[in-house]
Amino acid sequence: MFKNQHDGCDDDWGLMLVIENGVIAATGIHPPLPNQRNKLMPSFATSVGELTNGFFEWFGSLAIFSWQVMKAAVTPPYEWRELIRQLDEVGSKSLPLVALAGAAIGVVISMEARYSLSRFGAKSMFPSTLVYSVIQVMGPIMTGLIVSGRVGAGIGAELASMKVTEQIDAIEASAINPYRLLAVTRILACILMLPLLTLAADASGLLTGWFAQTLVEPLSFHQFIENGFHGATFNAFLPPTFKTAVYGLIIGVIACFQGMRTRGGAEGVGRAATNSVVLASLFVILADVVLVKFILVVFP
Amino acid sequence: MATTYNIPMQQMETPRESSAPIVAVNDLRKTFESHTVLNGISLKVNRGETLAVLGRSGTGKSVLLRLIIGLVTPDSGSVCIYGQNIAGLALDRMGEIRKKMGFLFQHAALYDSLTVAENVAFPLEHHRRDMSSSERNDCVQQLLVEVGMEGNLEKMPSDLSGGMQKRVGLARALALRPEILLLDEPTAGLDPISSSEIDDLILKLQRERQMASIVVTHDLHSARTIADRLALLDQGDVVIEGRYEDFQQSDISFVKTFLKQS
Repeated sequence: MFKNQHDGCDDDWGLMLVIENGVIAATGIHPPLPNQRNKLMPSFATSVGELTNGFFEWFGSLAIFSWQVMKAAVTPPYEWRELIRQLDEVGSKSLPLVALAGAAIGVVISMEARYSLSRFGAKSMFPSTLVYSVIQVMGPIMTGLIVSGRVGAGIGAELASMKVTEQIDAIEASAINPYRLLAVTRILACILMLPLLTLAADASGLLTGWFAQTLVEPLSFHQFIENGFHGATFNAFLPPTFKTAVYGLIIGVIACFQGMRTRGGAEGVGRAATNSVVLASLFVILADVVLVKFILVVFP
Repeated sequence: MATTYNIPMQQMETPRESSAPIVAVNDLRKTFESHTVLNGISLKVNRGETLAVLGRSGTGKSVLLRLIIGLVTPDSGSVCIYGQNIAGLALDRMGEIRKKMGFLFQHAALYDSLTVAENVAFPLEHHRRDMSSSERNDCVQQLLVEVGMEGNLEKMPSDLSGGMQKRVGLARALALRPEILLLDEPTAGLDPISSSEIDDLILKLQRERQMASIVVTHDLHSARTIADRLALLDQGDVVIEGRYEDFQQSDISFVKTFLKQS
């Protein structure tokens, strides 16, 4: 009497025992059974299908969420107290970080621009180079990315934590529109505060950029401002600053959306915070490309 | 069309003298992915009556309460509050009905960034804007006295025990003087003494306010204490509904097993 016993999965190589009259007569190994498929490699088509499905599901859900938020934003009663609280959270509490980032950018651009301009004998262009670089390019995008990291993660984690602990359900059960109370206030705060934070970053960058230049070649601040803004109009600086309101819209919508659809406990909260930052940063960068082109066309 | 929330409570029309049920669930079905949670159940609750919904864990008891408050949409069937089917109502319309309802979540769901007093005041701040600050504070104080939490106004939810959180959650649920009270496992996770205190509190409030109440619980002793009628769920169906004596006289094997194990 022979008996074969497998010790592993049917689709794996396994140990074979041959038992005769209660005694192990032989041992060996057996190959995977011919009727079992290799389950370790999911089919490529299934993966692509799931990815595509997830892509459209995400955007569809975002569209529904955005619609709910827009409806809530235009119907009273308005949550003024919560809006003011969020303006403080987004604005004044992000100010030190944004100012510090702006200061760093100013120093870096100052050092890089001085070196490059010296090579081409154009050192006199330094003030306008610094001013235009900071206000038109680096200030807005760096402010957007820093706020998407700090505020995006904060909003995503806060709302996700409220979702998994049923606090959002409790708000809805209390006959209060959670979109109006939680999402509209945060999104509006981001839209209103981003341009102001950008101005702060710009001011900080110009100040430290001038200071870094003065340490090498003395230049009065008055001279620096006069040369830097020589010939400039409001059209050169206002659109790049106020385009950050669009960044604020992106950051607020993405972070609130990710937070309010969270599932899965602590892991879900972490995932919501991470996704808020990553997706908000990605969409801010993509929006910058579009908005720069738009500004160049509309404000030549 | 904009919907206003600052409607004085006394102007809300409710069929106080009608014999029609305040809450009526008809042939309610709900499936999550491939798992059928509710398989066509029907229940009614009248004014001043408490219905306890019993069953094993995972039989859809909490889902039933969420369907009644409108946090979940049924696949089919109807949920009627004062004769109005709430399934599919817009969020703001549903808000008008929810102002008549109070909901105690299983884990209280207190707002963890607000103090005890702020938690209880939260519905009042949004729906009773006609109240002055001192009136609101008096109302909050009165509610916390009712639930035995008057000395804890400035504490945060994280400073409270489970039983204390449930008391605060109950005070918050009662803030708008609801006519319908939904309680999800009010004694779950509590020691026997705390459970008994919560039961006594619910009984006292029921006597004073004459609300239509639905209590979801797996605690038969608690259900017998606070409820007028009991309903036992199993595999998405109502196995039996009636008084405790009907349960004792039932020949259904699941009912006998449930009574024996409780």
